This record gives sequence, C-alpha cells and structure tokens, in this order.
Amino acid sequence: MKPGDSFELTVTPDRYLTVRYAGASGDFNPIHIDEDFAKQVGLPGRILHGLWTMAQVARAHSEALGGPDKLERLSVQFRGMGVMEEEITVTGTVREVDDGRAVVHSEASQNGKRIIRNGEADIRV
Amino acid sequence: MAVNTDAIGRAYPATIYAVGREKIREYASAVGEHNPLHLDPEVARSAGFADVVAPPMFAVVYSNAAILPGLFDPELGIDFAHMVHGSQEFRWGPLVVAGDEITTTATVKDVAERGGMGFYVFETESVNQKGETVCVGLWTNIVRAG
Repeated sequence: MKPGDSFELTVTPDRYLTVRYAGASGDFNPIHIDEDFAKQVGLPGRILHGLWTMAQVARAHSEALGGPDKLERLSVQFRGMGVMEEEITVTGTVREVDDGRAVVHSEASQNGKRIIRNGEADIRV
Repeated sequence: MAVNTDAIGRAYPATIYAVGREKIREYASAVGEHNPLHLDPEVARSAGFADVVAPPMFAVVYSNAAILPGLFDPELGIDFAHMVHGSQEFRWGPLVVAGDEITTTATVKDVAERGGMGFYVFETESVNQKGETVCVGLWTNIVRAG
C-alpha cells in the first residue's frame, strides 16, 4: 500500500433495503421505512440510513485493504440524503503510510451528489 | 437556538449486549458483507476466531440501546423533527465475535450552538467480557432551528 493507491465500490440498494437494515440494526425511524411518513415530514420519500451508507464505506476499506481487522478508525460526515434504487459509488484514496498505519480519505456519492464526505480512516498495515 | 449545556459530561446507565451468530449474519447480509468470516463459523474458526466475526460497523447494533437514553433525555430536549445525523466516528479495538458480551456506556461529550444550530455529541465506549475496549464511538447529531 502506498500513497495514491485508490479503490472503488459500487452498490445499488434495492427498494426493501431500509426495511432489512432497520431490522438488522434496530433503527426503525419511520423516515426510512414509511413512505407516507417521510413525505409528511418534507422528504421526497423513504431515505437510506446514514449508518448503512457508512457501512458501505467501511466495507469498501475491508474489501480493498485485507479484511475487517485492518480498520482501526473511520470518521465520516453525512450530507444530503441517500435513496434506494440508485447506484452509490464509494471511493477511497491512500494519503499517507508510515509506522504501521495508513490514512485513507473517502467519500460516497449518488446521482452526482456526495452523501458522505470527509471520510477519513486509519488502517493497520 | 438555545441549548442546555448543563448535561455535558453526563453518563447514562451501561447496557449489555449478547452478540449472537444469527444477528451477525443478518447484519452482514443487510450491509452486503460477503466475507465468509462474517457468515461461516468454520471459516472463522480456521482463521483463529471462536465464532463468526462481526463487521466493524456492527458497533451500531451493540451500541444502540446505550445511545437511546441520551437522545430522549428531557434535559437535553433534542428536537427530533429537526435532527439529522451530522457525523460519526468509530475507533475499533479487537474484533467482536458471536458469543461476546459487550457492555456499552454513553456520555454527553459536548452540547453547543453554532450558526443557529444545536450540536449534540455523544460518546460510547464498548468493552467486551475480557475488559478489552472493542469500540469507541463519537455520534454527532445536529438540530436545525425550527
């Protein structure tokens, strides 16, 4: 692994994804699972859980960099909202490598909008 | 908007989460983790783990119950209708596997008002049955002016 190395992951959440993720994670906020409720509070419809999208960023690191034990720290900022049935692209770039640790910057975008930005990870190398 | 900073430093009661094999597999499927370490006990055992390995972001599952009392703390008075998840950080220690028992404590790390918005930052620390810190989370929720 060296500075400048990069990786990419694409994923398209299907229309029932938020229901499965709600059950798996315990986050049943109705903005993610109830179309009518989401519209009542001014959203275009049900939106993705931010932490599901963050899990895609984490998975991109694990898959590209050698497994779940490599991830020591991940921080992200959530922006806008992710939706179902549209492709999400996660990109990551190695920024520094030294002394057993790499720093990776990442983001996730959907329809040209960054829904996760300023992702920063420490990787055990 | 006015925020109440009196609760900074407050700790909420610890919660204990028993990590189950099927819950790990259910979570791994929902987030698209196909690494057999998360799904197949034989693969996990041959890699030196006691059972299937939780993906790092499974931290949200074992931390969930610890976070809720803070979100609903009447003294913080978080306005859910205008709340968004602003940012999130996790730091991980040893991997969590099925059979572990994870004790999580949540504290109010910061409450602040900036640019007309309220920032509510919670910290969770999760410790396994051996006393090892498996995850520290920093959860930042932002409340926009109503």
